[in-house]
Amino acid sequence: MGKFLSWMLPPGASTFVGDIDWLYYLILIVTGIAFIVVEVALVWFAIKYRARPGRKAVYEHGSTRAEIIWTAVTAVVVVVIGLLSAPAWNKIKGRNGPPADSMPIAIAAKQFEWNITYPGADGKIGTTDDYTIRGQLHVPVNRPVVAMLTSEDAIHSFFVPAFRIKQDAVPGMHIRVWFQATKPGTYELGCAELCGLGHYRMRAMVTVHTQEDYDRWAAQQGRSVAQR
Amino acid sequence: MATTATGAPAHAYGEEHPHVDDRPFIRKYIFSTDHKIIGIQFLLMSLLFLLLGGTLAMVMRWQLGFPGRPLPGGGVLPETMAQGGVILPEFYNAAVTMHGTFMVFFAIMPLLVGVFGNYLIPLKIGAPDMAFPRINMASFWTAVPAGFLMLAGFFVEGGSAAAGWTSYAPLSARSDLSGVHLGQIFWCLSLVVLGLSSIMGSFNYITTVINLRAPGMNWFRLPLSIWALFVTSCLVLLAIPVLSGAAIMLLFDQTLGTKFFEPAAGGQPLLWQHLFWFFGHPEVYILILPAMGFASDIIANGARKPVFGYTSMVLAIIAIGFLGWGVWGHHMFQSGMNPTLGTAFMISTLLISVPSAIKTFNWLGTIWQGNITFHVPMLNALAFVSMFVIGGLSGVFMATTPVDIYIHDTYFIVAHLHYVLFGGSLFAIFAAVTYWYPKMFGRLMNPTLGKIHFWLTLIFYNCTFFPMHQLGLHGHMRRIYDPTQYAFLKEVQPVNTFITISAFLLFATQMLFLVNFIMSWFNGQKAGNNPWNDNGLEWTLPSPPVHGNFPVTPTVYRGPYEYSSPHSDKDFLPQNVPLPGGYPAPHAQPAGD
Repeated sequence: MGKFLSWMLPPGASTFVGDIDWLYYLILIVTGIAFIVVEVALVWFAIKYRARPGRKAVYEHGSTRAEIIWTAVTAVVVVVIGLLSAPAWNKIKGRNGPPADSMPIAIAAKQFEWNITYPGADGKIGTTDDYTIRGQLHVPVNRPVVAMLTSEDAIHSFFVPAFRIKQDAVPGMHIRVWFQATKPGTYELGCAELCGLGHYRMRAMVTVHTQEDYDRWAAQQGRSVAQR
Repeated sequence: MATTATGAPAHAYGEEHPHVDDRPFIRKYIFSTDHKIIGIQFLLMSLLFLLLGGTLAMVMRWQLGFPGRPLPGGGVLPETMAQGGVILPEFYNAAVTMHGTFMVFFAIMPLLVGVFGNYLIPLKIGAPDMAFPRINMASFWTAVPAGFLMLAGFFVEGGSAAAGWTSYAPLSARSDLSGVHLGQIFWCLSLVVLGLSSIMGSFNYITTVINLRAPGMNWFRLPLSIWALFVTSCLVLLAIPVLSGAAIMLLFDQTLGTKFFEPAAGGQPLLWQHLFWFFGHPEVYILILPAMGFASDIIANGARKPVFGYTSMVLAIIAIGFLGWGVWGHHMFQSGMNPTLGTAFMISTLLISVPSAIKTFNWLGTIWQGNITFHVPMLNALAFVSMFVIGGLSGVFMATTPVDIYIHDTYFIVAHLHYVLFGGSLFAIFAAVTYWYPKMFGRLMNPTLGKIHFWLTLIFYNCTFFPMHQLGLHGHMRRIYDPTQYAFLKEVQPVNTFITISAFLLFATQMLFLVNFIMSWFNGQKAGNNPWNDNGLEWTLPSPPVHGNFPVTPTVYRGPYEYSSPHSDKDFLPQNVPLPGGYPAPHAQPAGD
């Protein structure tokens, strides 16, 4: 169990790992310092200034200078954290986030499954050669993928921990979510928003292929669709 | 001389003013208009709901720690909840939902506001009762049917509400999606009724603080507990109607066929989230501000030292009260809300950490160079500071939008909210209950039992909630019935089992508090007027104070935190005791005139 009681993030497999993880570690260090300073001071004062016979507390009402210092320091630190965070947020979730050459897919969530529509040979979504596969997300490595995320019933949330990406799928809304995988392998996709009785088993497999593998897989899927 | 001043009988009311109270039992203890009795009624009610909310948490924890294994004693549950003792997803989702609902609306909120707003405000400001005693009575007797309505959900077809305490539409609006129809309706109805109770309570508190302060009790002599309750009441008065409105819209969607939240008919699911969190974030501060106030009072008393930076403490409370309205979007970073709004809400959310930091540093300043007595309320108040710091700092991770993408809706947020609501609010409630218990019941709670309860709670609490941070960092989603469905969560299952065992020990430890609470009522050591040597006006009265509180309206000469003042040879100086020589200048005229 001990190995899971770590403050390290698990290994990731998308470009967002680079955008998010360093911010996490920065905040971990900053809050870690604040945590140690406050808790040590609390315990130290509690021991040092414990009641003893003949002692009296120092009668004082505060210090304006101290108030100004800790207000200013806290405000500056949190604003700097905010300014450092804004670019990554814009890149991941912003309107101009997905690169122009992204591969389009469509993800339709419904109780309790993920239906993923692939673009077929023409590379476009919404044409006759599209094909839809349930519970299987296949993507090529090192290629940005942009998904149009929708839901047919309740709100679901598209969450691939290894990609550091999460986005709610809201009925009535078409939300773009993009990512770029960096390591071939298999990962899990889960639902992160309570969506009903089967919420806990609303999972899908994510397979990251090399480009050649992906092309082969896509061609195969495309053929089987054409045969139907 | 100071000695005669602090002990002057003219200013400390003893038994020499016998008060004839000929109200019949039912008017005295059941349909009472006495704010003290109403406070105690709220206390008993909310402790029952706290126990119920805790029990539901145990149901959840059992399933998470030992998925698929029959719950001990689960055989008594009906087939719709558990089969052969094994908890069903239906019951798990209901437990998730009702645990949150009971804890937020029927335990923590009434414990902080209903109990201590009622009990403390008139006593601490020198008033005979609330401004509107009968509306105050109505406030309690409206909360009771709201509680019954919420409980009734468990006994109707389909079971109780199961869409989470946040009740996100359309899951909460459509029974074909959640499998629950009547339960969701009861959830809405109950919150609308409870809202009436909260509104009646809050304007009563606000009016009382503004109008009924004793002569000399000007705004900057108010105890921080009263400042916190005052600002909290303003938040309740403004936030609860938003929840009531949203709940009525949801109720109409469920029953009348309106489509406020149904996209197929032009409705908007995100509208629910905006309304809910526009209420919900001020609610978060409703659940912590009074706790901060009680901790401030108790820490100054334990340290025998004036509160460090009283004015900045007051300004911080007010700042939180204002900023709390501009941060609700941080609950919705991943909801599909416009990402530019996300950045704005991130900045406002980070800024609200500033007043919280100010308060924390001032608590440290208060114990610095003090002469600390570790009575049970003080221990719990210090634990409040220590745990609230963890909850506050973990909030920074989620306020930061890119990091939130990863940890949103994982166990990291579960850890965070419990560090604020249990580590923060509930430790402060333990502190406040043990502190004011002698005033309420005339007897002290047992200090030995109190210390055992404190240390065991602190240990098991951290064993339960701290590892949840790590689960969240591992990607563990919240509100999932069976984590072992996921391969990447199977490997952290031992952590879940550890948390469950800790949670059961934590729950068992709370029985010590319950036993202490009940036993001390009958067998506790007699408290006397002022067992903690506190400066507040309530401690000049007998324990418990009589109906009508003060035989003579007290005059207030100073703030409530004059501990270890050089003007007294004791280490405290009550607010109502004049000092010879005119120090400090007595303010005889009522403030606000």
